[in-house]
Amino acid sequence: MFSFLKKFKDFFLLLWDHGMGRIGLFLISLVIIAAVLAPILGTVNPQKAGNAEDILLHPSTQHWLGTDDLARDVWSQVIFGSRISLAIGLITALLTVVSGTLVGLIAGFYGGMVDEILARIVDFFMMLPVLPLMIILAAVLGPSLWNIVFVISIISWPTTARVVRSQVLSVKERPYVEASRCIGAGNVKLMLGEILPNVVPLMFAQAVIMITEAIYSEAVLSFLGLGDVTRISWGTMLHFAFESGVMASTPWWIGPPITCIIIVIVGFSLLGTAISDVLKPGYKETKGF
Amino acid sequence: MNLAGFAFRKAVAAIITIAAILCVNFVIFRMAPGDPVRMMFKDPRVSAKQLELQREKFGLNKPLSGQFLAYINQLAHGNLGVSFWQKRPVTEVIAERIPNTLMLVLSALVLSTILGIGLGAMAGWVSGTKLDTFILSVSITLYSIPAFAVGIILLLIFAYYLSAFPLGGIVTPASGYAGFAYVKDVLWHMTLPAFSIILWYIGEYVILTRSSMLDVLGQDYITTARSKGIKESRILRKHALRNALLPVITLTGINVGFAVAGVIESETVFSWPGVGRLIYDAVSKRDYPLLQGVFLVFAVSVVLANLIIDLIYGFIDPRIRVGT
Repeated sequence: MFSFLKKFKDFFLLLWDHGMGRIGLFLISLVIIAAVLAPILGTVNPQKAGNAEDILLHPSTQHWLGTDDLARDVWSQVIFGSRISLAIGLITALLTVVSGTLVGLIAGFYGGMVDEILARIVDFFMMLPVLPLMIILAAVLGPSLWNIVFVISIISWPTTARVVRSQVLSVKERPYVEASRCIGAGNVKLMLGEILPNVVPLMFAQAVIMITEAIYSEAVLSFLGLGDVTRISWGTMLHFAFESGVMASTPWWIGPPITCIIIVIVGFSLLGTAISDVLKPGYKETKGF
Repeated sequence: MNLAGFAFRKAVAAIITIAAILCVNFVIFRMAPGDPVRMMFKDPRVSAKQLELQREKFGLNKPLSGQFLAYINQLAHGNLGVSFWQKRPVTEVIAERIPNTLMLVLSALVLSTILGIGLGAMAGWVSGTKLDTFILSVSITLYSIPAFAVGIILLLIFAYYLSAFPLGGIVTPASGYAGFAYVKDVLWHMTLPAFSIILWYIGEYVILTRSSMLDVLGQDYITTARSKGIKESRILRKHALRNALLPVITLTGINVGFAVAGVIESETVFSWPGVGRLIYDAVSKRDYPLLQGVFLVFAVSVVLANLIIDLIYGFIDPRIRVGT
């Protein structure tokens, strides 16, 4: 346990030392703070429509970022929106990385039919235009947060499976796997005990990529009007502002969600770039760690 | 493997993919909740008997296998059904939008490829300098920002506040422009939508060209060329860039599918009357036949574009034919 913490600390220090990693971690921590402290920071219920005389109010001491066309408080919507973004990102990443790793592990280890089928599925998804596929699935299933998670996951897992598979192919030829087999380890024990630990860093990198893609996809789908209107995300806010036709004269309404979407996506993609740099063989040595 | 065999294998793979797309398209829309006939005739005064007749007319009372055969049969005759929203054939609705989308997407892709390769090569050539860091970080940022966000920002700044460009559409309504003035008007309308795709798309080209350039610059033949006293500008053009471009061509193939996302987002923001805006309208009108048709058109054209790029690449670089 102690050595695990030490490893984690080393990894974190490497990321902090990487310029992009530091900026990424900073941007993401802003979003996490907003999500954790949402009930304290966002004082008004973001869903609650106000009185007719309160619609499209300019920013004031009462409504820090003004109100939208249903007199809802923009500041509270933005703060609570961080929870939706992070939730979609984390749940989707968890689902796709776990299922993708499982399939990749089995396909890479056993080869044969499973591997062949996986290769075909991955090829198929690589050929398809992803956004239109997500759009028709989301449109058919109806607007809800869980449907969006489902749609993004079902389309994204093959990428992880492919990445994990190629890593498994190289790991399973290593001498210590052979040694473990010689002393009588079964297939399951080999996969979980010897190969999986060597795939973990890759899973971590892949999880960050998946979080970025899921948040991105949710924003686009919601902007196109496929989002869950009962839980207002940043993409949904943009959708309402765009549809209202008054977005040019209400910068306090359209500006904050755009800024937040950019902060969270740029944050995660900088972190993702930093992680893949840090995981490259030989990176640690060049930095003198 | 010879070129004909390579082309044949690629073509067979493309046909299988298209067949799979047809199945996916059929299955997904059978998952839709609600009754398609009820959605088409929303008027409650339409009697149950009339609805039953309509169901028979569209073959909805047949079992799924029969429906699938009917669907394939209709497709083979170029029939994609009737749009709920526009009350006319889907093929007609889509066909009139295709030229607009092609015009936008081709100009955006060509420009972003040229600019991206140029900037990426420059960054790789001067790697380690401030200019390189600047180009790289701007690229990574642009690449992460969704195209619709780029579009909204461009729309607000250049169309609303500066009034330098139109708010949307493809021509000034009721302007009566003809000839050269018409072309100029269309280009003026196309500038912002095209730039929101270019800015979103260019980053990936810069990042890839730069890293490919760095690989090539480390090769022995560059050192040899330098030691022979060849001019730096010539090394850049003839020795480095030419070899650095191969992976970039592969990227163009992979990216056709991604480009569709940029088109949908940009066309939606700028009300550009193309196929991308059509998918947005179909979603907001819950027009399933139109949605199904647009998806089919996007998916098939991406597969075909991939096929063409694969064939060109196989022709340029013989190693590919062996590899796959």
